[in-house]
Amino acid sequence: MGRAVPSSRVLRPASALAGGLALVLAGCGPSSYQYNWNILVDSVIRPDGQILSGIWLTLSISIVSQIIGIVLGVFGALGKMSRIAPIRWIANVYIWFFRGTPLLVQITFIFFGLGVTRIYQWPPINLLGVSIPGSIQAGIFALGLNEGAYMSEIVRAGILSIDPGQLEAAKSLGMTYGKAMRRIILPQAARVIVPPLGNEFNNMLKTTSLLVIISVPELYVTFSRKNASGPTVFHPFELFLAAAVWYLVLTTIWGVIQAYIERRLAKGVAGTPATGGVSLRERLFGGRRPEGAPQGSGGR
Amino acid sequence: MVKVGDDLLAAIGGLPAATSPLVVEAEGIHKWFGRQHALKGVSLTVRRQEVVVVIGPSGSGKTTFIRCVNHLEKIEEGRIKVNGHLIGYQEVDGRLKEDREKNIALQRREIGMVFQRFNLFPHKTALENVTEAPIQVRGIREDEAKALGMAILARVGLAHRADAYPVQLSGGQQQRVAIARALAMKPALMLFDEPTSALDPEMIGEVLEVMKELAREGMTMIVVSHEMGFAREVADRMVMMDDGRILEEGTPEHFFENPQQERTQAFLSKIL
Ligand SMILES: Nc1ncnc2c1ncn2[C@@H]1O[C@H](COP(=O)(O)OP(=O)(O)OP(=O)(O)O)[C@@H](O)[C@H]1O
Ligand SMILES: [Mg+2]
Repeated sequence: MGRAVPSSRVLRPASALAGGLALVLAGCGPSSYQYNWNILVDSVIRPDGQILSGIWLTLSISIVSQIIGIVLGVFGALGKMSRIAPIRWIANVYIWFFRGTPLLVQITFIFFGLGVTRIYQWPPINLLGVSIPGSIQAGIFALGLNEGAYMSEIVRAGILSIDPGQLEAAKSLGMTYGKAMRRIILPQAARVIVPPLGNEFNNMLKTTSLLVIISVPELYVTFSRKNASGPTVFHPFELFLAAAVWYLVLTTIWGVIQAYIERRLAKGVAGTPATGGVSLRERLFGGRRPEGAPQGSGGR
Repeated sequence: MVKVGDDLLAAIGGLPAATSPLVVEAEGIHKWFGRQHALKGVSLTVRRQEVVVVIGPSGSGKTTFIRCVNHLEKIEEGRIKVNGHLIGYQEVDGRLKEDREKNIALQRREIGMVFQRFNLFPHKTALENVTEAPIQVRGIREDEAKALGMAILARVGLAHRADAYPVQLSGGQQQRVAIARALAMKPALMLFDEPTSALDPEMIGEVLEVMKELAREGMTMIVVSHEMGFAREVADRMVMMDDGRILEEGTPEHFFENPQQERTQAFLSKIL
C-alpha cells in the first residue's frame, strides 16, 4: 500500500503522455492523409513556371533589398559617427525604429498604411519594359530599410575595427574624410563586414517569405497557393517540404559563394596566403565565428 | 618616364619654391584634452631647410605639438603658420574659426608626416601606398605617379619590394615606405614622430640613413626623436620640451656640451 503511492505518481503522467502521443499519431496517420510523393519530387526535380518565378522573385527581391540595406548601412554607420549632431540623431532614430519594431509591422505599414492614406499608393513602375507591381516595390522598400538598420551596426563595427592611425595617415596626405573613407577605411572594413553581411543575406533569403502578408508571389506564397487550390490542393506536407528544399538550395549555394568570397578577401587584403576566412563546412553547418581581421599595419 | 635623380629631392622634383624663409611659425599654442593641459604656450619657428629635433620626457607634449602643425589636433589658443598660411583656422574679426575640411586637406598636402607606427595602408602594395595620394589627391596620371613612386622607392632602397604588401615587409622597410609615401606629395615640410622607436635596433640605422640624406638635401624637418647620434649629425637646432612647454632651445653643441636647464641635463644623462 505504502509502495503504490510513489509508483502511481510516476505512472500517471507517463501514461497520460503515451495516450496523448497515440492521439497525435492517430491524427496524422496514413488513414486520414494521403501522401503524394510525386508532388514533392516534381516540385523539386521538375519545378513548373510558377515555382521558378517564385524562386526568381525571392532571389531578386533578396538581392535588391540587400543592396539597399548595404547602402543604407554605410550611410547609417557614417551618420551615427558624424560630428554633426542632427545627422547623428537622424541615424540613431532610424536604427532605433527599424530594429525596435517587427518587420511584419513595417511591411504592412509601408504597403497598406501608406497606401490607404494616399501618402504613397505604390503604383506599378515600368523598369526596362517590365512592370513591377506596387507590392513588390513596397516589399523591397521595407526589407531594404529594415536591413539597413542592421547593416548600420555591422558597418559601424567594421569601421571601428580599423586602426584610427589609418584615417590619420590618409588625412596627413591631404585626403578629405570622404575620400579617406572610400579609399582607405571602407576597403579595409569590408574584410570585417563580409562575414556578418553573408549571414544577413542568408537571413534575407528566408525573410522574404514574410512578404506573404502583402501577397508578393515569392517562393513561399507560390507553394502556399498550390496548397490552397489547383491539382495539388491540400498537400501541405509535400508542398512545404518542397518549399523548404528550395530555400535550402538557395541558402546552400549562397554559403558556397560566401566561403569563396571570404577566402578571396583574406588573401587579397593581407597579401599573404589565406589564413582568415571560414571553411565551407563551418559556413554551412555553423561553428566558430570569424574573428575580426588583423588591424592596421603597425608592428608585425 | 621620370628620370631617377641622384638624390631624394630630385626624385620628387626638387624643393618646392620658397614663398617665405620661415616654414613654420607657431605662436603661443595651447592645447587641452578635456582638463589635461597638454601644451602650455608653445612657440617655435622653423626656417627653410632647417632640421629641428624635439626631445623631452614621455607626456611632455612632443607628439601633440607636431600633430597640431598639420591640424590633426585642434588648438585652443595661439596660431600656427606653415609657409605663411594659417593652419586649420581662418581669422574672422581677429578671432580664429576652424577652417573648412577641404581647405585643411589642401594645406596638409604640403606637410608630410611619418608616424611612430608607420600606418601604412595594409590593403595596398608598397608602390600603391606611395602613389595613392598623388593619384587621388593631386590628380596625377597613374603612369606618371607610378614612375614617380618607383623613383622614390628606389631612393629609399626599396624598388625591389614595390609589389610587396606591408605585412611582407620588415619594420624598417615599412617605415621607409612610409617616408616615401609622404615624400610623394612633394611636401614643403616633413614631420617625424619618433620614427624609429617602434623598430628593432638593427633596423633603426636604415631609417635614420634615409632621414639624414633627406636632411642633407635641404628638406625642412621637425623630428621628434631620442636618437642623439642623428641629432648630433643633422640637427640645426634642438628643442627640449617638458610639461607642455619648450624648456630649452639651442644647437646640438649647446645641448651636448652645456645644457642650461637642470631638467635638460637630467633628461640627456638618461638617454645618452
Ligand atoms: N587623445 C588624447 N586624449 C587625452 N589626453 C591626451 C591625448 N593625447 C595626449 N594626451 C595627453 O597629453 C599629454 C602630452 O602627450 P603627448 O603624447 O603629446 O606626449 P609625448 O611627449 O609625445 O610623449 P611620448 O614620449 O610618450 O610619446 C600627455 O599627458 C597625454 O596623456
Ligand atoms: Mg609621443
